[in-house]
Amino acid sequence: MLIIDKDKCTGCGECEEVCAFGAITIKDDTAEVDHDMCTLCGTCVDTCPSGALTIEGKEERGVESDKADWRGVWIVAEYRLGKIFPVTFELLGCARKLADKLDVPLSAVLIGSNIKQFIDELIKYGADRVYVVDHPGLDKFLEQPYSNVLVHLVKEYKPEIILAGATAQGRSYIPAVATMLETGLTADCTELDVRIEDRALLQTRPAFGGNLLATIVCPNHRPQMATIRPHVMKALEPDESRKADVIEVKIDDSLLETSSKVVDSIVEEQTGVDLANADIIITAGRGMECKENLSLVEELAKLLDGAVGATRAVTDAGWLSERHQIGQTGKTVSPKLYIGCGVSGAIQHIVGMKGSDIIVAINKDPDAPIFDVSTYGIVGDVKEVLPKLIDKIKKERGL
Amino acid sequence: MRFVVCIKQVPDAASVRFDPEKGTLIREGVDSIINPFDLNAIEAAVQLKEQVGGEVICISMGPPQAEAALRDALALGVDSAVLLSDRAFAGADTLATTRTLAAGIKKLGGADIVFCGKQAIDGDTAQVGPGLAARLGLNYATCVSELEFKAEENILKVKRAWEEGYDILELKLPALLTVLTCINTPRVPSLKGKLKAKKAKIPVWGTNELGLDASLVGLSGSPTQVVTTCVPKFEAKREILEGEVDDQVNALVERLKEVGIL
Amino acid sequence: MGKVNYFLTEEQQMIVDLARQIAEEKIVPVRAELDEKEEFPWQIMKDLAQADLFGLYIPEEYGGLGGGCFENCLALEQLAWGCIAVTTTYAASALGGYPILLFGTEEQKSKYLPDIASGKKLAAFGLTEANAGSDAGAIQTTAVEDGDYWVLNGTKQWITNGGEAEIYTIIALTDKHKGPRGASAFIVEKSDPGFSFGKKERKMGLRASATRELVFNDCRIPKDRLLGRRGQGFIIAMKTLDLARPGIGAIGVGLAQAALDEAVKYAKQRIQFGQPIMSFQAIQHMLADMATQIEAARALVYSVARTIDAGEKDIAKLAAMAKLFATDVAMKVTVDAVQILGGYGYMKDYPVEKMMRDAKILQIYEGTNQIQRNVIGQALNKEYTIKK
Repeated sequence: MLIIDKDKCTGCGECEEVCAFGAITIKDDTAEVDHDMCTLCGTCVDTCPSGALTIEGKEERGVESDKADWRGVWIVAEYRLGKIFPVTFELLGCARKLADKLDVPLSAVLIGSNIKQFIDELIKYGADRVYVVDHPGLDKFLEQPYSNVLVHLVKEYKPEIILAGATAQGRSYIPAVATMLETGLTADCTELDVRIEDRALLQTRPAFGGNLLATIVCPNHRPQMATIRPHVMKALEPDESRKADVIEVKIDDSLLETSSKVVDSIVEEQTGVDLANADIIITAGRGMECKENLSLVEELAKLLDGAVGATRAVTDAGWLSERHQIGQTGKTVSPKLYIGCGVSGAIQHIVGMKGSDIIVAINKDPDAPIFDVSTYGIVGDVKEVLPKLIDKIKKERGL
Repeated sequence: MRFVVCIKQVPDAASVRFDPEKGTLIREGVDSIINPFDLNAIEAAVQLKEQVGGEVICISMGPPQAEAALRDALALGVDSAVLLSDRAFAGADTLATTRTLAAGIKKLGGADIVFCGKQAIDGDTAQVGPGLAARLGLNYATCVSELEFKAEENILKVKRAWEEGYDILELKLPALLTVLTCINTPRVPSLKGKLKAKKAKIPVWGTNELGLDASLVGLSGSPTQVVTTCVPKFEAKREILEGEVDDQVNALVERLKEVGIL
Repeated sequence: MGKVNYFLTEEQQMIVDLARQIAEEKIVPVRAELDEKEEFPWQIMKDLAQADLFGLYIPEEYGGLGGGCFENCLALEQLAWGCIAVTTTYAASALGGYPILLFGTEEQKSKYLPDIASGKKLAAFGLTEANAGSDAGAIQTTAVEDGDYWVLNGTKQWITNGGEAEIYTIIALTDKHKGPRGASAFIVEKSDPGFSFGKKERKMGLRASATRELVFNDCRIPKDRLLGRRGQGFIIAMKTLDLARPGIGAIGVGLAQAALDEAVKYAKQRIQFGQPIMSFQAIQHMLADMATQIEAARALVYSVARTIDAGEKDIAKLAAMAKLFATDVAMKVTVDAVQILGGYGYMKDYPVEKMMRDAKILQIYEGTNQIQRNVIGQALNKEYTIKK
């Protein structure tokens, strides 16, 4: 609970200004808190010049002695469909810095079947150690066997930090692992760092749909766990000379018991260029007005060899499938060129594309928020601008 | 059969605006709604009940005003609702949240199927569903886009989406699902439902009723804590291309050529 | 926002909120496409059924909500704000249901009203013919007794929900020479033998609403389908129309409100001569007149609806006034809205041209506004006749 010391409070209003949730108001020269709106984030506590605010029960107790048993930084490799997915190497890139700062080995955890072939690559991209659990029963990803295996490894080898990809697979079982370990997990981190004094992992992620950035710690529980979306971190350059040790872990078959089963795995035809890897993305927003007008977006994308993206408004309306959705509840992309057509720029969409190198916005509303984040903006009707843009590009190319 | 749906009351993301000068959220006039994914979870549960019989109970962990969300759920075909509310639950991260929800579901007598939305649009972590399944020892699937209940075998056959396609899984009951918005179209509320919801009694369970130690829930029970929040800065060139459409298009193509994209 | 307080009960407010939610979420996104394709709004009818809105006026014992004319008007106004073609489809079911409610036997009410209340089946009302519009007495469709059956012959014209509804209330001649007592009402089902439909009419507006001929060619229906007593046909029709007319007024109010909303929104953001056109008196005066007329129309419709629900029996004049005034307002407001949007108003990309095309029918169906004036004039004559 947020406690206000009325004697110390001067009614200066700094807390009211800084509260992102509107939970504090100044009444009769004293701060008052609406406990139902207060999320106990503590920003006001830090801001108060008179020290009048405290949060009960929120003392960051120092790391206790048995935490010293927990050492090492782990990343969990994303193994699926018989291969290792790129986010794995991005995780290694990010974790390498953390491990170096903490002066501990960086380990990659490889769970799957017929996976020893991938060990070398994990080492090349930064691992000092690879834990391998290779079992035919782990051939197809299923939540309980993978969770049981990872929990077993964690209890056995006690890493202080575990990073995993915030992919469909990661988001499915890592939270279960964290719960089984009764420890903290922070999702979709955009930045990670360590505080040397207490070896705390500083986990930064967008909150409130991207309106805020929150930095989170897990002071008293181990391991500290975090997931990271693909395309957020960068992989290291491969180092052929890196040496690492490999620990092959044998597991008891009982860990693989489950009354769920995978009946089939279907890979769907990718219509058009894969959004995640596209250099150019043309995105359709509600301002395209109707499904038929999307042909303009598709034509421009095809002309530039790019992919077609969509805002949530467009996928909700059924004009494009959810596969095209960019944003908070969709995909994160960072192409060289992003062109938003009739996209208003709601923050939930922006968080998914603000990593783009060049952002072009076309919208007939001059006040649309997307112009605040764009490199180049055209205030105009997409139905007029796009055909002319397509023609101009065709002319440039002599088509 | 007993189906439990976990829902969350969230601010309507469409109406939350951000004051870039103050660095705060403008929360006046922002409506509270049922988390959109949870609407699909409710619809899935109600459709299944209409198919095989049983009851649908909706639970939510939240402040007292979350009761309004539960009443909205009752108007959508849910049979009864329970609010898990206590000052001690405030400030909970997903681990502490799953403790409270699990205690609520246990007090209800368990469930054959627990339905959740994929994620809440304010917290956005998608962690509560899998965490809850782990706590309750349930088979589970996330990102479900289709489901079929095979009564004779007591199995849920589901389509679980991932980046490149989908899996078809068979889960033996009891099970938990987190659903995508494409799984169904939530029905509009019915007047009879709204009238029934208005009169319905929604019990409130706190730490006492759930037999939970206050140190295990809310902020005290959360292994993670927020240490700072800040406004993300966003640098952008913000060059507006002027003139008639032809001028604007020419200017854009010029700039894209300059940087080598065209 | 300055709104008149009509002291709605909580339940009435629920009806308003629910109908508005459906209009915003289900009707507005598809109205242009339904209009363009002349497509019957089946999905929205399903949503209205799910929402329990088909049974607003039907007593609880038959599965309805037991509300009255006012509750109907509240729902109609909000749905009309979305699209009046969709709303007419919904309202016409009540037009077919009211006769059964008012004049049906217990068996007939138990048989048909629950399905209408739940929205499982749509209803329709068949009076108009090629030679009998305003002159309803000139109908030529006949119903002749034949043993245990009635046999219907003739053609009804321009029937809303024709071909889509399953339950039809039909007015047919049973005794040509008995003048006002010459017709009777019958319940005809879609599957009855000898009952078929003409092609769907192509209309200026109200295009999502299905309008068809009903063709009776030795259509045989069981004796128990007679609604009310033989000879009551025209009375049943008049009483039904009287009850439905305030609803048409409500539709006019909703449509006019939608047009006003678009006009004000546009005027505020359209810059000409360096300022929003909202700052020009010419525009402000137009909008002021539109808004005032809508407020007056709403007040009239609401008061008449409440008067009817309070038990007033002599409602013909009041119902006619509510219909007449509100629909004339709707026509004027939608035309002005197009004018305010100027060139954009004429384009199909903007919603007001459809509103103007749709509005015209309100002055024509359920009794032309000329007939409404006749009704009012005749009522005034009767009221002011000094009794000796």
